[in-house]
Amino acid sequence: MSKRLSTGGRLIDRDTSLRFTFNGTHLRGHQGDTLASALMANGRTLMGRSFKYHRPRGVVTSGAEEPNALFGLGKGDRFEPNQRATTAELFDGATTETQNHWPSLETDVGAVNASLSRFLPAGFYYKTFLWPRSFWKHVYEPFIRRSAGLGKAPDKDARDPDDYEHFHIHTDVLIVGGGVAGLAAAKSASATGAEVLLVEQTSHWGGRAPVDGAEIDGMPADAWIEKTVAELEAMENVRLRTRVMGSGIYDHGYALAYERIADHAPEGGRPRHRLWRIRARRIVTATGAIERPIAFAGNDLPGIMLASAVRDYVVNHAVAPGDRTVVVCNNDDAYRTALVLDDAGLKVAAVVDARPQGGGTLARTVKDRGIRVLQGKAIAKAKGTKTGVTAVGICEFTGTGDVTETIACDCVAMSGGWSPVVHLWSHAGGKLTWDETEAQFRPDPDRAPRNEDGEAMVHAVGAANGHFGTAEGLADAWDAGARAGGGTASGAAPAAAARDEAAMMPVWLMPANAKIGLRRKAWLDFQNDVKVSDVALAAQEGFTSVEHTKRYTTLGMATDQGKLSNINGLAILAQALDQEIPAVGTTTFRPPYTPISLAAIAGEARGDLFQPVRRTPMHQWHEDNGAVFEPVGHWRRPYCFRRDGERTEEAVRREIDRTRHGLGMLDASTLGKIIVKGPDAGRFVDMLYTNMMSSLKVGACRYGLMCSENGFLMDDGVVARLSDDTFLCHTTTGGAERIHAHMEEWLQTEWWDWQVWTANVTEQWAQVAVVGPHARKVLEKLGGIDVSKEALPFMRWTEGTLAGLPARIFRISFSGELSFEVGVPANRGRALWDALLEAGEEFGITPYGTEALHVMRAEKGFIMIGDETDGTVIPQDLGLHWAISKKKEDYIGKRAQARSHMADPDRWQLVGLETTDGSVLDDGAYAIADGTNANGQRNTQGRVTSTYHSPTLGRGIAMGLVLHGTDRMGEEIDFTAEGGATRRARIVSPVFYDPEGERQNV
Amino acid sequence: MFDATSHPARPALEGATFDGLVRVEAAGLTGMITLRGDVDAIGMPVADVTGLDVPDTLGITGDGVRALAWMSPDEMMLFCDYAEAEELAASLAGSLEGEHALVVNVSDARAAFRLSGPEHRLREVLAKLTPADVRPEALPPGMIRRSRLAQVAGAFWLDDAGDLRVICFRSVADYVWALLTGAARPGSEVDHFRDVRM
Amino acid sequence: MLILTCPYCGTAADETELHPGGEAHVVRAGPEADEDTFEAYLFQRANPRGVHFERWRHSHGCGKWFHAARDTLTMQVHGTYPAQVTEPPQDILDAIEEARAR
Repeated sequence: MSKRLSTGGRLIDRDTSLRFTFNGTHLRGHQGDTLASALMANGRTLMGRSFKYHRPRGVVTSGAEEPNALFGLGKGDRFEPNQRATTAELFDGATTETQNHWPSLETDVGAVNASLSRFLPAGFYYKTFLWPRSFWKHVYEPFIRRSAGLGKAPDKDARDPDDYEHFHIHTDVLIVGGGVAGLAAAKSASATGAEVLLVEQTSHWGGRAPVDGAEIDGMPADAWIEKTVAELEAMENVRLRTRVMGSGIYDHGYALAYERIADHAPEGGRPRHRLWRIRARRIVTATGAIERPIAFAGNDLPGIMLASAVRDYVVNHAVAPGDRTVVVCNNDDAYRTALVLDDAGLKVAAVVDARPQGGGTLARTVKDRGIRVLQGKAIAKAKGTKTGVTAVGICEFTGTGDVTETIACDCVAMSGGWSPVVHLWSHAGGKLTWDETEAQFRPDPDRAPRNEDGEAMVHAVGAANGHFGTAEGLADAWDAGARAGGGTASGAAPAAAARDEAAMMPVWLMPANAKIGLRRKAWLDFQNDVKVSDVALAAQEGFTSVEHTKRYTTLGMATDQGKLSNINGLAILAQALDQEIPAVGTTTFRPPYTPISLAAIAGEARGDLFQPVRRTPMHQWHEDNGAVFEPVGHWRRPYCFRRDGERTEEAVRREIDRTRHGLGMLDASTLGKIIVKGPDAGRFVDMLYTNMMSSLKVGACRYGLMCSENGFLMDDGVVARLSDDTFLCHTTTGGAERIHAHMEEWLQTEWWDWQVWTANVTEQWAQVAVVGPHARKVLEKLGGIDVSKEALPFMRWTEGTLAGLPARIFRISFSGELSFEVGVPANRGRALWDALLEAGEEFGITPYGTEALHVMRAEKGFIMIGDETDGTVIPQDLGLHWAISKKKEDYIGKRAQARSHMADPDRWQLVGLETTDGSVLDDGAYAIADGTNANGQRNTQGRVTSTYHSPTLGRGIAMGLVLHGTDRMGEEIDFTAEGGATRRARIVSPVFYDPEGERQNV
Repeated sequence: MFDATSHPARPALEGATFDGLVRVEAAGLTGMITLRGDVDAIGMPVADVTGLDVPDTLGITGDGVRALAWMSPDEMMLFCDYAEAEELAASLAGSLEGEHALVVNVSDARAAFRLSGPEHRLREVLAKLTPADVRPEALPPGMIRRSRLAQVAGAFWLDDAGDLRVICFRSVADYVWALLTGAARPGSEVDHFRDVRM
Repeated sequence: MLILTCPYCGTAADETELHPGGEAHVVRAGPEADEDTFEAYLFQRANPRGVHFERWRHSHGCGKWFHAARDTLTMQVHGTYPAQVTEPPQDILDAIEEARAR
C-alpha cells in the first residue's frame, strides 16, 4: 500500500498541512505535493477508469505524460475536467474528483466492457455500429455518448470568473526546460551577451538530476542548481520563469508558452493563465526525455508505474508507491529506482532485467546490497485486484510466457528505456533520426527547423537531444547555448562524471514471443486502451501507415500525443509489418505539448472585449433611448428605437411613417468617407467607379458603383467633388476600411506613377441624415447655411456653419424624401444630434434606425450592398446600366464584365416582387421553376434579395433576381415559403413608391 | 434655442482615469493633422510652419506642445492643441500650395491616451496587447510604432516626460480603454522588463 | 507565424500586422485582353514548392505594400523589396542563388 515516508521529500514542506477533498472525502497533504503524491500519501492508488474498458487505473508517471490520473478539479464556475494529478499542485481547499466511471470509482458498471474486451478490438467503433441503420439514434449513439469522452464538460451555466491574458515578448534566445541542461544552456547563452528567456513547466528548477543523484562541478545537483539559478537571476540579460510550459514552436522563431499563474493559488486576484507569445531568434529545447513503459500482460494495473516515477515520488515527496516493489527493465537507469527504494528502507522484491547479460556498475551495486536480480527474465503477467497489483509471474524473456515463478508485490517499477521529448523540435519541421544504440528517435541536427535567415532555429540539448548522461548532456547544452546566443562557448561546461551504464536492449513486448492471450492484455496506450493485439490487428487489416494506425486504433490520441505510447506502438507496428522502426516513422507532433486552456488562447478577448465594438459619437444617446442595436461590421447601429411598450416592428413602422410624413433623422456617421486628392484624382476615380466621375462638377454629388477586378459589384456610394483635384468618396458602412485599402492597393501596386493621395476620414465626421417633408424647415431653423432649393439643389453639397457648428451638407436621398446629410466634426456630433432634436421637436422629429432605412430604400427600389449583392452579382444584373459608362476605355471590372458568362442573357435580373395576397415573402426564398435538377431538387428561376412589409404601401414588397425578369413584368411566379408552402408574387418594377421622384425634388 | 457655444467639442472619453500598475488617462481633445506628400516636397514647408524637425523613419519629434510623427514614407501626423488644428491645417495647406500634398484635420477621428508610471510597467502593459517589440532598444523615446492593440489598430510612443502615449480610432476608444485598464489591473504584474530606475 | 521586414519602414513585422496579397508581379490585363490572357490574369497563380514572390501589405504599420521572396518549404525569406517594380530586383535574385548554392 502506498504511504508517506517518515523522512525525506525534497519538495514538500512537512510543516504545512493542506486540506483537500477527493470524491468528497477529506484528506490532507503538504505544500509541495502534487495531487498524485498527496493521494498516494493517503493510500489512494486507484485514480480513475480507462476510456474504453473502464478498467481501474492508477497513476503511471510523475509528470506531464500522465495518461491515467485525470481529474475534475475545482467546483462550480471553476470546475475543470481532465487535469493531470501529476502536474496539479496541491493547495489548501482543493476539490478533486475522479472521472470516467459510473456510479462510483470503486464500482463502475461500465467495467463490464472489460470482460468483453476481446469483442472491442481496434476499429470497433467503425465495425460494430455500422448496421442496422435504425439502431443509430436509440442504441448506438446514446451508448457511445455515454461511454466516450473523458471528463465531463463544465456545467452549461458556469461562467469562468478568472482573468486570462497574453504577453508578447521578443528575445534573442528562448530556452524551454529548466533541468540542468536548460540551466547550463542559459548560462552559456547569456555569457555571449544575448538576451535569454528560460521557462520551466514545473514549479521547481533542475529536472531529474537531483532525483537521479547527479553531482555537478563537485557538488550535489541540488546545490549546483541553487547556485546556478542565483547566478542567472542576477544577470541583466536573463529572465527565468517557472510554471511556464513551452507549448509550441512555429515559423520564424515564434513560440507559445503557457503560464499557470494561479492554478495552485486561486482567487488571489491574479490572472489564472497567461499565454506567452514569444519571438525568439533562436530556441533551445531542453525538454528532457520520457521513460517508456513495458508492454506485458496486466501492465495497466494500479501500482504499476514508470521506474523514474517511483523514485520521483520517494525522493521528491517522500511517498512510497508500495511496500514491496518489483523493478522490471531493459536498461541500467532503472537500477537507480531499486537503490532509492532500498535507501528509503522499502523492500525491492526483485529486479527483472530482460538483458541476458544484465547491467553494469549500477546493477552490481544493487546486487551488492543483496537485492535479487534476475537476468534474461521477463514479467509474463501481472495479477491483481481493482485496487492494484498483487503479484507478477516471471518467465524467460525470449519465451512465450510460461510462468516459472510468482513474486508477490504491490508495486512494479518498469522501464523500457527513454525517449527524448522531440515534440517542440518537430513542431516547426525539425526531422528525427533513429538511434540504434538507445533505440530512440532523436533530433537530426542536419535537419533542424530553419529560421527566416535560413539558419537552424532550434537546438535540442541534453536528454532531449538523446544525451542521457549528465556530463554528456551538460556539455551538449553548454555548447548549443552559446551557439544559440550567437557566440562560442567560453570556459568549460559544468563537469559531471561520465555516464557509466551498460547498453540497453530494446524491449517492445514482454516476453518477446508472448502468446496471444498475453498480447491481448498488454497495454501500449493506457488512456485509450490500445493493446499490442490491437496494433497487430490494425496492421493485419491493412493499416500500414503509422498515421492511419494511430487513428484506427486511437493509439497516442487525446492528451498523450506521442508521449508515453509512441515508440512502443511504432515498434509493434514495425514488427507486425516486418519493417525497421525508422521505415515506419513517427506520427506528427503537433502543438500544444500539453493541453492548454481555451481561455488562455482567448486572452482578454472575452465578454465585452470578445470583439471590438465601434461606437459613433451619438452611441450613448442611442443606448439611453431604447435603441435595439444590430451589428454592421464592428459597428453597432440602432435597428430601431423602441418607445415604452412598443414592439420592434411597431417601432419600425412608426419611424417610417413619421419620416415619410413629417421628419426623421438617422445617425449616418458609420458611412465611409475617403478623400482622394491629386492631379490624377479624376483619372483614378474613373478607374474605381463604373461610371464617369471625372466629369463631376465642383459642388456636385454623383452616385457611383465600385466593382472588383472580377467584375462583381463590391461597394456603392455618393461621390462629392470638393475641389478641382479633390473628391470625397462615400462608402457603405462596412466598406470604409476595405475600400480605402482597395484604393491604396491600386495606387501603390499598379498605378504608382499617378499623383494621388488618399485619406480615410470616416471617423473625423459625424453625419446625420435629416429626412422628410420638414427637413428643410428644421435646417433653416438651425440657421447659418442656405439650404433652399435654389441654393442647394438635389445632388449638390455645400459647407458653412450650421447652428454654430462647422458643417458640410449633402443634398442626397436614400429614402426618396427631401433629405440632407449633415456632417460635422465627430466631437460635435452629439451637439448636432441634440440641436436637431431640439429644433425638430415642433415637427415631431423622429430618430430612425437601419430597418426603417432599409424599408424606405426598398420602397424606392434602391439596392443595398450585401442584400442585392453577394459577391456574384454584377451591376448589369441589377439594371444599373445607367451607372456604367460606355465611354470609358477602362475601369476596374470592365474586362471581366465582358466575359461570356457575365454577358449571358440568362443571368437572373433584378425585379420588384409583389405578393398577390399582400403578405411578405420569406427572406432568401427561391422562385420555383418546373421540374427537378439532377439531385432531385426543385428547379429554381430566381431568389428574393430583400423583403419587407411596407407600411407606406400597406403590403409586402420585395426585390429579387429572376430569370429574364425584366421581360416578364406582370407575370406571377411561386416562391418557397417556410414549412414547404409556396407564396405567389407578381413581377413588377422595383420602384414601388414615387417613381417620378417628386418627393425628393422639392 | 440651441446654442453651439454651450455644446463644446467632446472627445470619445471624457476625464476617464484609472490607477493600477500604471495610471491610464483619456488624454482628451488632441489636435491631429494628417500630412501626405513626399518628404522631399513637404518636409521643409511643414518644418517652417510648425517649428519642428522633420522626423526620421519611425521617428517623432516634438517641442513639448506640438509633435510631428513619421507615419509612412509619404505621411506624417502633426499633434497640436485641439483649438489650433483647423487654422494650422489651413496654414499648412497654404504653404504647400502647388505641391502634390494632402493636409487634413483629423483631430476628431481618434482617441488619445496617456499612461504614466514606471517605464518597465508601461512596457509590460503594451506587451500584453501588441505583437510589436516594445523592449527599450526596440522602442526608445523618440520613436513611434504603429501596430495592433489586441484586435484594433493603434500607435504608441514614449514622450519626453516618459509617459506612454497611445492613439486609436475614435469609435474604438471604449474598447482600447478597456484593453489598457485591463492590462494594467493590479495583480497582473509580469515583472518581465527590468526596472531601470536608479 | 511569419515575420517579414517591411522595406519601407524597416520594421520586422509580425504576420498579424500584415495583410497577404498573393503572387507578386502579376501583370494586369485590361479591356483589350483576349480571353486566355484575361483568364490567366484573373485566375492563374503560381503555387511553387520553393521560392515564391509574393505581395504583403504592412497594414498595421506604415500601410505600404511590398514584395517578399519566401521559400514555401523552408520558410526562408530571401529578401523583401518595394512593390513598385515589375520583376524581382537583382540583389534578391542573387540572394536566392547564393542560398541554393549552399
